[in-house]
Amino acid sequence: MLILLGVAVVVAGFAAGFNPLLVVMASAFATGLAAGLSPVDVLRAFGKAFNDNRYVSAAWLILPVIGMLERAGLQERAKDLIRGLKGMTFGRLMVGYLLFRQLTSALGLTSIAGQTQTVRPLVAPMVEAALESDSGELADDDRQKARAFVAATDNIGLFFGEDIFMAIGSILLMVGFLDQSGVRLEPLDLSRWAIPSAIAAFAIHSLRILIFGRKLSRRPGA
Amino acid sequence: MIKLAVVYNLAGVIFAAYALLSARDTTNPKRGGNALFWGLLAASFLLGDRLGDTGNGVLAMVLAMTAGFGQLGRGTAGDSTLADRQASASRFGNRLFLPALAIPAVVLFGTLVVKTWRIGDLPLLDPKQATLISLAAGALLAAVIAFVLFRQPLITPLQEGARLIDMVGWAALLPQMLAALGALFALAGVGQVVGDLITTWIPLDSRLAAVVVYCLGMAMFTIVMGNAFAAFPVMTAGVALPFLVHKFGADPAVVCAIGMLSGFCGTLMTPLAANFNIVPTALLELKDRFAVIRAQVPTALPLLLINMVLMYVFAFRPHG
Repeated sequence: MLILLGVAVVVAGFAAGFNPLLVVMASAFATGLAAGLSPVDVLRAFGKAFNDNRYVSAAWLILPVIGMLERAGLQERAKDLIRGLKGMTFGRLMVGYLLFRQLTSALGLTSIAGQTQTVRPLVAPMVEAALESDSGELADDDRQKARAFVAATDNIGLFFGEDIFMAIGSILLMVGFLDQSGVRLEPLDLSRWAIPSAIAAFAIHSLRILIFGRKLSRRPGA
Repeated sequence: MIKLAVVYNLAGVIFAAYALLSARDTTNPKRGGNALFWGLLAASFLLGDRLGDTGNGVLAMVLAMTAGFGQLGRGTAGDSTLADRQASASRFGNRLFLPALAIPAVVLFGTLVVKTWRIGDLPLLDPKQATLISLAAGALLAAVIAFVLFRQPLITPLQEGARLIDMVGWAALLPQMLAALGALFALAGVGQVVGDLITTWIPLDSRLAAVVVYCLGMAMFTIVMGNAFAAFPVMTAGVALPFLVHKFGADPAVVCAIGMLSGFCGTLMTPLAANFNIVPTALLELKDRFAVIRAQVPTALPLLLINMVLMYVFAFRPHG
């Protein structure tokens, strides 16, 4: 039970608003020491894992070209494009993006979109432009909520699309684990059972998108 | 074979450039901290395999302390104005989308086509890392197209990249740090303890109870550990296989597929899934660190409930 100290450190540290990098280090030491490792062992174990997981941060190398395009006016052009499309409402754009993200992820095309490469430079500005066409200038608070909603939509589309694809990591993990436990399944057996949840995710989140759009356009002064 | 090392070297050079640009940016009151932070990250990418475990541990700790004690700031040098960008946007029009679309096109081509290419016996791309290698290639090609179309100075991508990475700040490193923490959790056996806790205290004497415990357990475990992949083996070995599959005769395909997706509902609700939930708040300049999670919870909770219903309805139908 003492081992769960590290989990408690994470929960308390995040809740108290400490810098998350420090919280992670504190949790690593709490966990390691509770498991009977010496401080040096913890440092070594963490260092090895940190080095092994560099690929997680390597994806940032896309930032220079995104910045280049933004400086050339990509976000502004994305907004102009939406303003020029009559009938491109917040709801249509967001539900359309959700569907696009779910369908492409279901085909295994999970990396053609994402928070850095599409949400920030393209989708978020487009959604803001669509909201402004619907209901006029956005209050700062509403703009923040709308952006968070776009990021959420990208995540939900990805999570509840990707498992329909047979060769995605989580499906392969399940097949491998079950095989070790004596249960033989084909990837397709698992991936087709991701479809009902995907449909439910689309229905729930689309409904929320439409409600969110309606609420903003009914604001006084909008 | 093109391996991840190529990508690491490229990332290392880019971060080293950020460090140099930060060090020279007199508009940033904390430029020393930024230079140290990105410089250490550059060192990790370029030399990480030669630093040894202790060296890497110290490096990670100094990174965390630099950020944790508020030594990261932002400069304003070279920020573009809205008017400039609008003028540029109307000048270049839809050509601006071309490089942006080149990135996914290259990723697709790389992961679907180039991945199958072979030189002699060896694949051209390291098959496990084809996506990341393709992403790097896509970014490079997009930069070349942008240079040709927009004639920006050669330093622009690095300057703008530095501006964006300073805006993201410490959040840029959080996903990697959490991945390392996950490895330490695994080493200490945290998952097993959490799994035992969930299965020991809750009665599993009916189909409904077992479905609820498994789905809820996957979600809660994922919230605590930050990813559903860590939760799946523990919860499936502890609840799904012994109770749902062997005792009540549920279809393992339905149980596992929907169980994993119940875990994904947890992913939507935890700050530990930083790539998805925390990094975007930095990228989109949101004031509330939990804004994305707040936007996701009202979808995640009903969806978790629906997952339980789907599992209950479909798992116990007659199957072959």
